[in-house]
Amino acid sequence: MRQLTRRTILAAAPAALALSVPFVSARAANYGPGVTDKEIKLGNTGPYSGPASSYSAVPKAQTAYWKMINDQGGINGRMINFISYDDAYTPPKTVEMVRKLVEDDGVFLVASPLGTPCNSAIWHYMNEKKVPQLFVATGATKWDDPKGHPWTIGWQPNYQSEGRIYAAYILKNKPDGKIGVLYQNDDFGKDYVKGVKDGLGDKASMVIVEASYETTDPTVDSQVVDMKAKGVDIFVNTAIPKFAAQAIRKAADIQWKPLHVLSSIGNSVGATLKAAGLENAKDIISDFYLKDATDPRWKDDDGFKWWSSFMDKYIPDGDKTDQGYVAGSSLAAMTAQVLKQCGDELTRENVMKQAAALKDVTVPMLLPGIKANTSPTDFAPLKQVQMAKFDGERWTLFGDLITGAVG
Amino acid sequence: MTTIPEEEIAPDIEAGEAVPVQRAARMRPGARHLIIAGVVVVAFVVPVFASSFVTFQLTEVLIYGLAILGLNLLTGFNGQFSLGHSAFYGIGAYTAAIMIHNYELSYLWTIPAAGGVCFVIGFLFGLPALRLQNLYLALATFALATAMPQLLKFHALEAWTGGVQGLVVDQPEAPGLLSKISDDQWLYYVTLIVVLVMFACAASLIHSRTGRAIMAIRDNPIAAAAMGINNSLYKTLTFGVSAFYTGVAGALGALAIGFVAPDSFTIFLSISLLVGLVIGGVGSILGCLFGGLFVLYVPNIANALSTGLAGAIYGVILLLVIFVMPAGAAGFVRFAVARAAGWRRVSPKGR
Repeated sequence: MRQLTRRTILAAAPAALALSVPFVSARAANYGPGVTDKEIKLGNTGPYSGPASSYSAVPKAQTAYWKMINDQGGINGRMINFISYDDAYTPPKTVEMVRKLVEDDGVFLVASPLGTPCNSAIWHYMNEKKVPQLFVATGATKWDDPKGHPWTIGWQPNYQSEGRIYAAYILKNKPDGKIGVLYQNDDFGKDYVKGVKDGLGDKASMVIVEASYETTDPTVDSQVVDMKAKGVDIFVNTAIPKFAAQAIRKAADIQWKPLHVLSSIGNSVGATLKAAGLENAKDIISDFYLKDATDPRWKDDDGFKWWSSFMDKYIPDGDKTDQGYVAGSSLAAMTAQVLKQCGDELTRENVMKQAAALKDVTVPMLLPGIKANTSPTDFAPLKQVQMAKFDGERWTLFGDLITGAVG
Repeated sequence: MTTIPEEEIAPDIEAGEAVPVQRAARMRPGARHLIIAGVVVVAFVVPVFASSFVTFQLTEVLIYGLAILGLNLLTGFNGQFSLGHSAFYGIGAYTAAIMIHNYELSYLWTIPAAGGVCFVIGFLFGLPALRLQNLYLALATFALATAMPQLLKFHALEAWTGGVQGLVVDQPEAPGLLSKISDDQWLYYVTLIVVLVMFACAASLIHSRTGRAIMAIRDNPIAAAAMGINNSLYKTLTFGVSAFYTGVAGALGALAIGFVAPDSFTIFLSISLLVGLVIGGVGSILGCLFGGLFVLYVPNIANALSTGLAGAIYGVILLLVIFVMPAGAAGFVRFAVARAAGWRRVSPKGR
């Protein structure tokens, strides 16, 4: 101890500093904005009010999911501070709220903002600011654009690939039919039509009727009657639940029995088929990627049991037949997976690197066998669906998982 | 629409003072000009200190204020009711977006062009609107607002409008000489200058003979016609000018947001503008800016208090504001000034 003179301390100090400084700065460099040793700030926008407020289950489920994660000790010891703002499904408000999240609140990333027009409005901004726009809650096809928009990544199987899957099914099972498509005059409606036609390829002329509706229309009866009159025998029904149900009921009323393909957005038993009359919906074909929360088949399934207890504890007043809670919790679980993969290197660059390196990732409410896979050239995590047929009571999955990627 | 007491349309009336107030309540012109000058100076200095996000928000406030002024010219000063101004805002925004996106024209051209297009459409829409009074006119303009998002999605127009996907608009960049100014600040100043010019024009329009004619039609159309005012011409022209203002606001809005889509211009926007109009003060020019503040910030405040009950809280705030300021912000300010000056005769009458 006697050796420890003032001089040796003075000599040692710079050395100690030299050793400690790189350590400190290297550690600081491993954190992007919005991250500390204790906390990660995530941002989100969703339609809590306005015309699309029925989708608010999606951000609500995400908020609840992060609360659960925090109760379990956070991710790698860091609590998640999930800030979710209302954008009323209007693009200008989304821009304002996302700028608030990024510039004012200083979030690390924006997780699963909801809606195609809303995400389109911030698309450019996020990529210019180099802030991850992670797993957007929309099925438009354009999110898979790693070259042009390396900071935006999609999530669900996109509508165009679903359309292609229907086309493939039709070509295999009824190659000489006449197709009528019912679609919403809207982004996702048109994506479906494009997918079906692209999937049919040089047989696109099989589509003889393309009938659209507006969300404000009272019914779609005339479209259905028109299809029957024109001799359509394959009915591709891509309407949202209310109109899908009307179409199913009308087809039954006029004794029309085409091969009926119902898209995944309208295939909820609770919301569509019960309203249409279960007996009228018999033999309809559809496709799934998430577990249907109303399907009793999953009652002993581990994933469903987890989801059910999660709902009971964190969203006790939530309607369990609302698929939005399934989608929301699955989106948040996928974001959690990316944050876990990042470890202690919580930079925005690393988030995108990890999001583009998902290998067979699965979350509880995905159908068995469906896995998220991405690569630096593939920003469409979920590509698989499984076809199902309605037996008058419930959907029966059949066949293998089908991939309908649109590159 | 409430009618205005006779003395309010006396020739020496001060502009922008259509809300019923006793003459005693008015500020002296000197004080008034001083306040306006002060506000302008503050408006120019604020972005130097504010963050770029706040600057962006203030840009939006100015834009909404301008759109509300457009509505106010029609509804507040001319007495024609409109629920269709989201359509004019949308047309202005799309005009700017199409010029920039499809034809790569400079953003500065888009501002007068959007106004011009809206003026023509507003004028033409004003012709059939002549036959409609009050609630019927509200319904007709409501139809315009409902139709607009669908027209923008219409297949035949998709080549220009981009259909449901909307259009991305390249945002203005600060010119090279002013490299110290950020893009957000630049856009703010461009907007501020446009707004100042247009507010000044609106004030001088309302001060003029034309302005008095416009207000006379609101107060008593038969008397106005008897005085030799061409009611039809003035009403359609006011419709056009109103659409011009809102269209310019739409173009600035497209530049600020950098994206246009049909869902941005629904009937909800019309209702927001109407709320801003009433909150700011019907028939007040400066009140429009307060309306802009309300439209932008109050939903955020409501959301910050409770995400789940944001709509209810917004409603409560709205009711409170109406109770406290029945004549809008402009009426409230006049009332407060009069009180401070010791005049007791003033009472802000509700609208």
